[in-house]
Amino acid sequence: MAARSAFRRALPWLPRSPVASSLRQAHHVPSQRPFSTSLSASTPNPSSSKDPSVPDYAIPDPSRPTHFGFQTVTEAEKRERVAGVFASVAESYDRMNDLMSFGWHRVWKDHFVASLNPGFSPLGDPPRAPQHILDIAGGTGDIAFRLLHTAHVVNGNPDVRVTMSDINRAMLTVGKHRAARQLPASQQAALSFVEANAEDLTKARPLVPYPPDHSTSPDEYTGSEQPFFDPATATTGIPDASVDLYTVAFGIRNFSNIPAALREARRVLKPGGVFACLEFSKVVSSHPAGALFDAVYKEWSFRAIPLIGQLVAADRDSYQYLVESIARFPSQDEFRDMILDAGFVVAGDGYENLTGGVAAIHKGMKPRE
Amino acid sequence: MEVTLKRTAALVARNPLQQHAAAALAAAQHQRRRPFSFSSLTRPPPNYPGHVPLSPVERAALVVGAGLGSLFNPYRGDLIAIFSEVTATPYFIYRLRDAMLASPTGRRILRDRPRITSTSLNLPRLRSLPEGTVGRTYVAWLDREGVSPDTRAPVRHVDDEECAYVLQRYRECHDFYHALTGLPVVREGEVALKAFEFANTLLPMTGLSVFAAATLKPSERRRFREIYLPWALRNGLRAKEVINVYWEEQLERNVEDLRRELGVEPPPDLRDIRKREREERRKKKEAEAAAAAAAAAAASTASAAEAAAAAGSV
Repeated sequence: MAARSAFRRALPWLPRSPVASSLRQAHHVPSQRPFSTSLSASTPNPSSSKDPSVPDYAIPDPSRPTHFGFQTVTEAEKRERVAGVFASVAESYDRMNDLMSFGWHRVWKDHFVASLNPGFSPLGDPPRAPQHILDIAGGTGDIAFRLLHTAHVVNGNPDVRVTMSDINRAMLTVGKHRAARQLPASQQAALSFVEANAEDLTKARPLVPYPPDHSTSPDEYTGSEQPFFDPATATTGIPDASVDLYTVAFGIRNFSNIPAALREARRVLKPGGVFACLEFSKVVSSHPAGALFDAVYKEWSFRAIPLIGQLVAADRDSYQYLVESIARFPSQDEFRDMILDAGFVVAGDGYENLTGGVAAIHKGMKPRE
Repeated sequence: MEVTLKRTAALVARNPLQQHAAAALAAAQHQRRRPFSFSSLTRPPPNYPGHVPLSPVERAALVVGAGLGSLFNPYRGDLIAIFSEVTATPYFIYRLRDAMLASPTGRRILRDRPRITSTSLNLPRLRSLPEGTVGRTYVAWLDREGVSPDTRAPVRHVDDEECAYVLQRYRECHDFYHALTGLPVVREGEVALKAFEFANTLLPMTGLSVFAAATLKPSERRRFREIYLPWALRNGLRAKEVINVYWEEQLERNVEDLRRELGVEPPPDLRDIRKREREERRKKKEAEAAAAAAAAAAASTASAAEAAAAAGSV
């Protein structure tokens, strides 16, 4: 008994239920719906009476079951666990990304931002109003920095400002330090940092200094020293129809409630504004070459990545969670349907596959009324 | 192993008179079957909380990665821990577990499964124990080194649950071995203790850690070769299995009694030797600096005298 609780204390990512049951669940992955809607139909949410057009599953409910990798947890628990994962990987995040994708994530991000082309004006005359870009789950800043560079330098439009938002203070702090080191002053001036939960952007606040004072041991982590944003301390919010471009790269699969986040995106975007999401997706395995690539990719993901995480970042479990969350994320078509369901319109297929489907860019536009 | 069984089974099956033998062989093969290389989506179920079974490829990768990583960055204690887990099988951890089973105290430890964590020892109580007891010596060592007991990382890659506890117990008792031998936490002391542990427990990680002696300074390497390695081998081989010491029960016992019973004699105090060497080096440097200053002063007075003589002659 003491041994078990000692194991759990030393490894806080252990599930409450025995691991064996969650591994058995892994075999049921294809038949389960990949997002947290199937189990909540029986419990009516009283707050849904506020807005009848918003379905139940799109309202964040802290006790609704969702998935954390291959385990089933409540939405509130998922938020805490994801916070722990990213607080622990923040320092080595960029190095691990390079090691896991052999540097290819840079190509994906470059292509993502180039295809969005922020700050571009076809007639050569910049738009009158300043453009506002919201980068959600911005973390260490890869996308925000590229957006600023493309807008200010490549397109010569200094009227573009970027708000970098993340629920995790540790990641956002790493991003802030990188910005101070890498960006020229004009771009730094156009960049602001905000802690927010993407499922409820009415509550947000400027970045709080992190990490907390190390005089307290990690065992005595109090609520005020959480590594992630607590909406009770919100001091501002992102207003309706205030954002021209909403980007989220490699973040949305970690959200507790994706439909809620999509609806928040629709709320903050201006009519005609663009929602763009870069995320891992399902490898296209209809072709035999694709099936072989998929098998190799899975072996790499589930065998090598947690091992590299252990050797480089001293954290096997966070990387095990990361690869499991990739496996649990909906396919390209399913995610496109979720985007349509949230009220966006898409062009063509609505997505573009990268590297044979390892990643995909989804774009949607908030319709003009 | 599997291939041999399959071939034997196929050969036997050709002879209809030995079908029953073939059936028995097939049953044995199925029972002994462990997937040679499993995908992580089909990883076998864990045997204890936190258990992550590794395939041979993963194991080999971790041996190389964790070994090199901990050699070049000894602050990565987690890599040393993983290295100990992936090199413990085959044979070595089973031998250690059997050594525990062979002793009545060891059997009691395996039954009780005591754990030592950063909070399980009552340090103020240990400080109040009389001088010369095991507990007091342990706390005195902690204070001298300026460290506190750590909660050690849990064992995750040893497949047998009991052997996982044996390795965990070894990991948690490491500080007690330090106190028993009096070796400090500097790299030199750790390497000497690892040599002692290898001679006593025969865990591969301890033996391979001795190669970290290559990263020591020349004077430290000489000391290790001349004093501490012979001490470690002599005492480790002669002593009883230290894994069988029920430390929680021995805290109030006289430490010399325990050392005599185990057959361990503490080595020359490493911190004293290092301090003396530092003092000698500092004195030598001061003497050299004084001599250089005196020589410079003599040279300057000589040149001043020359200049005066030259001026006087002009």
